[in-house]
Amino acid sequence: MKTDLNKKYLPLTILCIIVLFALVILIDPVGPLEGKIDPIFGLYVSRIIKISAVYAICALSMNMVNGFTGLFSLGQPGFMAIGAYTCALLTLTPEAKQAVFYLEPIAPFLANIHAPFIVAMIVGGIFAAIGAFIIGFPVLRLKGDYLAIASLGFSEIIRVICVNAQSITNGANGINKIPTDITALLIFVVLAVVTIFMLVMMKTSYGRALLSIREDEVAAQAMGINLFKHKMIAFVISGFLAGIAGAMLASIVGAIDPKQFMFTLAYTLLLMVVLGGQGSISGSIVGAFIVTIAQEVLRFVDEPINIGPIHYPGISGMRMVVFSILLMCIILFWSRGIFGNKEFSWNRLFGKKAKSKLKKEGGEA
Amino acid sequence: MTLDVFLQQLANGLMLGCLFALIAIGYTMVYGILRLINFAHGDIFMMAMYVAFFTITIFHIPWYISFIIVIVVTMLLGILTEKIAYKPLRKQNAPPISLLISAIGISYLMENVAIVLFTGRPKDFPQIPFFTSMTQLGPVRVQNLAIMVPFILIILLVVLLYLINNTKSGMAMRAVSRDLDTAQLMGIDVNKTISFTFAIGSALAAVGAIMWGMRYPQIQPLVGLTPGIKCFIAAVIGGIGNIKGAVIGGILLGLIETLIVAFFPGLSGYRDAFSFILLIIILLVKPNGLIGEKIADKV
Repeated sequence: MKTDLNKKYLPLTILCIIVLFALVILIDPVGPLEGKIDPIFGLYVSRIIKISAVYAICALSMNMVNGFTGLFSLGQPGFMAIGAYTCALLTLTPEAKQAVFYLEPIAPFLANIHAPFIVAMIVGGIFAAIGAFIIGFPVLRLKGDYLAIASLGFSEIIRVICVNAQSITNGANGINKIPTDITALLIFVVLAVVTIFMLVMMKTSYGRALLSIREDEVAAQAMGINLFKHKMIAFVISGFLAGIAGAMLASIVGAIDPKQFMFTLAYTLLLMVVLGGQGSISGSIVGAFIVTIAQEVLRFVDEPINIGPIHYPGISGMRMVVFSILLMCIILFWSRGIFGNKEFSWNRLFGKKAKSKLKKEGGEA
Repeated sequence: MTLDVFLQQLANGLMLGCLFALIAIGYTMVYGILRLINFAHGDIFMMAMYVAFFTITIFHIPWYISFIIVIVVTMLLGILTEKIAYKPLRKQNAPPISLLISAIGISYLMENVAIVLFTGRPKDFPQIPFFTSMTQLGPVRVQNLAIMVPFILIILLVVLLYLINNTKSGMAMRAVSRDLDTAQLMGIDVNKTISFTFAIGSALAAVGAIMWGMRYPQIQPLVGLTPGIKCFIAAVIGGIGNIKGAVIGGILLGLIETLIVAFFPGLSGYRDAFSFILLIIILLVKPNGLIGEKIADKV
């Protein structure tokens, strides 16, 4: 909605932003309102919205490499893990650390460091970016399927390290008691900053270079684009974003363990990007919200249902089956996703009334 | 480490390697023909284990009949996967990346269906004394299976190579893998050939699954993930698209994994990371695998 700031729709855009801002405050009151009013839709909804927004950042991070640059990377869970663990270790108080690391004491250099969440988040992002930089050297020489499997491999290696480095990550038990004081406002501000950054970046020569790499690597190279450098920058930015998203996820959930960062997480993120439309910023955000919320909404299929004489006993796990069938349908019959590779725009929204319902969510997200 | 322990580990590694090889052949065949990582292969492998579990443990069918059922069901499942997930996209002339996403999607679907059908609780794979009883071979003590597996692998490999090199369907497969469109123009039924490839790959996965189940007798819906990825790596190490390469890659991977852990017990937790490190080294040093042929980029 920020792409077409033409005069006609400017008031509408501003109105949407204000409504959105108010909603964010209302679902998770902050500042002077904190404690005075309850989240309007309750804690459950507020938590889901927060998680959706964090996944939106992850999806943007994945879209950066997969959608814009055309590199099929599945390394996001690894970067998220780096961010999440860094954040957890920095925000835990020294006393809490002693309680959490009961099997094997924490490494001495980590025992007493402590930082506020914002710092921890950025440090987590930077560590993830450094990880992406190191991994990028071997991985970005590869193409297509090989890149996918190698990045997946690195992500798994990071996870295996998390399981085994007992004195740093507390191994398979994971880290709990992470302070969960992150507010929806902060998450949405970060999401907005990331979105604006992406929109601006894609207008620069650098963004266009990425798109040209996606369209045709050989032609891009012939035009004088340094393939490796551009791919590396995209990969590092994507790593940074995945890192801060991982940090925020740790702070929302309050407990992390290596299992959360299995490569199936990369599949979920991929679904978000594909659903929204690969190469579309608004698409990734909408995709992330739809997928995260759908996973919760679909919970009803796990519960028993009685419709008149028909009794459905409720099968736990059914939700994921429905979810994966939906995923397959999208891939097979609607592979361009909601937005294709275009962005949300009021013009298109009002131009095509038929599909307006889906795109409206883009405006709110 | 004494010589005896070393030999024992060698036997274990060889067995694991042969199992990897059997599954890797399926990956390499599909990749050769469609240029696609069939992510669902690991889940087909998982389904085969469950079919074996149900036929033997629940329905008490004798194992030799049950194994035939397992192989047939798995072949059908492989063909079904292809028809659902890949054929529609092939018709739309979708970009390769869509096929890969579809592969991930169908793999995810199978895992979730398995969780609903079989529950997440691990089940014990049936033990068949003919295969699973232990034998003492000099200093080495192994399952009977470990002695049989290399022979089974060699027999299947010979049959498969004969099939590919000396029969009409084999020739069709080679033609399709060289150039799908031209093969179609020459009157080859491409869809049938691709289904045939999936059927053979899945049958080998079924054989691998049965033996894997007897060696590592705990099955749960996500059991196919790690072997699936590792066998793909094995196929890449050998040179993807090349069947002998897949066998060499599989055996090599099995040996390396077992022996590194044997020599450095402290690293046992990092076991699953070795294959990925090996993969990355191979891709950097010899991107086409140990005996793979070079595929030039088309501009």
